Amino acid sequence: MTTIPSNLRRVLRREPRVRPTTEPVAAPPERVEAPPVEIAPNDPLVAYFSGATGAVDIGALQLDSPALEGLREAGIKLVVPLVSQGELIGLLNLGPRRSEQEYSADDRKLLNDLAGHAAPAVRVAQLVREQEAEVRQRERIEQELRVAQLIQQQFLPHELPDLAGWKLAAYYGPAREVGGDFYDFIKLPDDQIGIVVGDVTDKGVPAALVMATTHSILRAEAPRLVAPSAVLKRVNDLLVDEMPAHMFVTCLYAVLDPATGQLRYANAGHNVPYVSTEDGVTELRATGMPLGLLPDMDYEEKQATLAPGDTVLLHSDGLAEAHNSEREMFGFPLVATLTGEASDGEVLIDRLLKELQEFTGPGVDQEDDITLVTIGRRAAGAAAPAGGGTAERELAAFEVPSEPGNERQAIDRVVEAVAGLGLAGERLERLKTAVGEATMNAIEHGNGNRPELPVEVRVVADQTDVKVRITDQGGERAIPEVEAPDLEAKLAGLQTPRGWGLFLIQNMVDGLETAVNEHHHTIELVMHLKEVPDARS
Amino acid sequence: MPGAEFGAEVRSHDSTGVIDLHGEINLGADQDLAAAYEEAVRDDPRTVVLNFAGVEYINSTGIALIVGLLARARKEHRTVRAFGLSEHYRQIFAITRLSDFMGIYPDEDSAVTATAAAS
Repeated sequence: MTTIPSNLRRVLRREPRVRPTTEPVAAPPERVEAPPVEIAPNDPLVAYFSGATGAVDIGALQLDSPALEGLREAGIKLVVPLVSQGELIGLLNLGPRRSEQEYSADDRKLLNDLAGHAAPAVRVAQLVREQEAEVRQRERIEQELRVAQLIQQQFLPHELPDLAGWKLAAYYGPAREVGGDFYDFIKLPDDQIGIVVGDVTDKGVPAALVMATTHSILRAEAPRLVAPSAVLKRVNDLLVDEMPAHMFVTCLYAVLDPATGQLRYANAGHNVPYVSTEDGVTELRATGMPLGLLPDMDYEEKQATLAPGDTVLLHSDGLAEAHNSEREMFGFPLVATLTGEASDGEVLIDRLLKELQEFTGPGVDQEDDITLVTIGRRAAGAAAPAGGGTAERELAAFEVPSEPGNERQAIDRVVEAVAGLGLAGERLERLKTAVGEATMNAIEHGNGNRPELPVEVRVVADQTDVKVRITDQGGERAIPEVEAPDLEAKLAGLQTPRGWGLFLIQNMVDGLETAVNEHHHTIELVMHLKEVPDARS
Repeated sequence: MPGAEFGAEVRSHDSTGVIDLHGEINLGADQDLAAAYEEAVRDDPRTVVLNFAGVEYINSTGIALIVGLLARARKEHRTVRAFGLSEHYRQIFAITRLSDFMGIYPDEDSAVTATAAAS
């Protein structure tokens, strides 16, 4: 294909055609733009012009160049290369002089001077245009990301089923470039419940649309067919004709009978779920091809019985296949081991995410969506807390450098993140104050005002609460007991006037948790989305 | 991100020193606040009134500065009153019990004219 380099496309062209002498002399000169001349980047003319020191008379030029032919056909006589900082950025093309005389030495000098002044200006204009195009491209990508996120979040369940004797928990953390993860809980006949975790290959809007389609087909077919193998077979048959090339969906579908603990499942190429049991970790293996690849596939169906105290983990690739800076993988064996160590689904999800964060290190972008769903059968005698389990979704995750004053950044970002939750007025003010104080503590006490140490902030929400987790790098720091400061002693000058931070935080929020490990110190601020009367004494 | 810088102007209202505070009361406000107090008590008024109407943000360090100011005023047997606090900071002054030692008023006139017994 003959192409013209983009920086050569906008050349100044003027072709004053030789007009019949019968035309009245007083007529205004007619300006006609010459037809564009294509110049391939490898045309010898490009190299020639790049090295030229001034106006080039192309009539005399001897080069095996299609572009040279093109210029001659367009009636060009003289070409003045526009060169800026050694780079050929355009051409000033001139036709024959109106006087039909040759271009004089003065003409050439004038043209060379003009080219010398015009070239940098043209280059600046080109750079501005390139910059503008880049900005538009970035905005388009951002917009697409928002659309993908919107579609994705539309189809994620807003609440978890409340099953007596069971505790379900779920976590969905989108990567910046949203992948196609999804999960769902589907009400089935006879009080059974369908549980889905899936992952669409590809990212962005295409993945989100395939995810939405798969979700809808599952919702329609699951209550009718129930049996996991039959449901996946049917979804595959419906998807296979619709699926864009190179895309497919991995999906695990399980049906739980809460009364008996029986879990039937089939797997379309998704990660194998792990079960934490009294005797260690087991796997729920069943074979089957991913959905949407080939028609007429059969899916193996198996079943397991969950005993009281057992917890099943369904998980997408984003966890086990996450990498650290050394390109090592988090790994399936570690996911299995951690599943075996957890006492409860929510604890397990928290632990997995914490371990992952430590593994990848601070400031690393999440590569892929992470979806985790746990199905736990409560141990005999364990009381079910009101409200059942919690589906936590991440609203924001960011870092601020440890410099005094940066708590205002954290406050603003948290306010942005919780904007859609309906938290307003005094309750929002309280959260802001608590976030500011906790971030100040992290900056000053945790990270010692060292700007290179980040304060990490995560904002998550479930149906009832918003939680802000603020982590500093000062692990193993003792967590001070919160005591009401003695104002009388302070006013009498017997105590420092300071020491209000933790006391303020505790009085601002509905719940306060702290956690330390070897490297990190985390404070979790909990705010109920709706004010619960007497939530605080 | 720099927030609104702290500032304080001092004026007299019926022989009461009024300090108009604005911006953010945090560690950076320390010296300016102390200087404003100094200026406000130059004519030895019995009462100093703090105007919080222009204040956008008070953090725990800011609370400590106000505690310090109040401690000094009490030592000098002066009364401190406040007005112009947002609902949120009224609550914080209640939680920290600052409002037990510093009368909180809805506006300047009521703060200046309140009888000593009320504060």
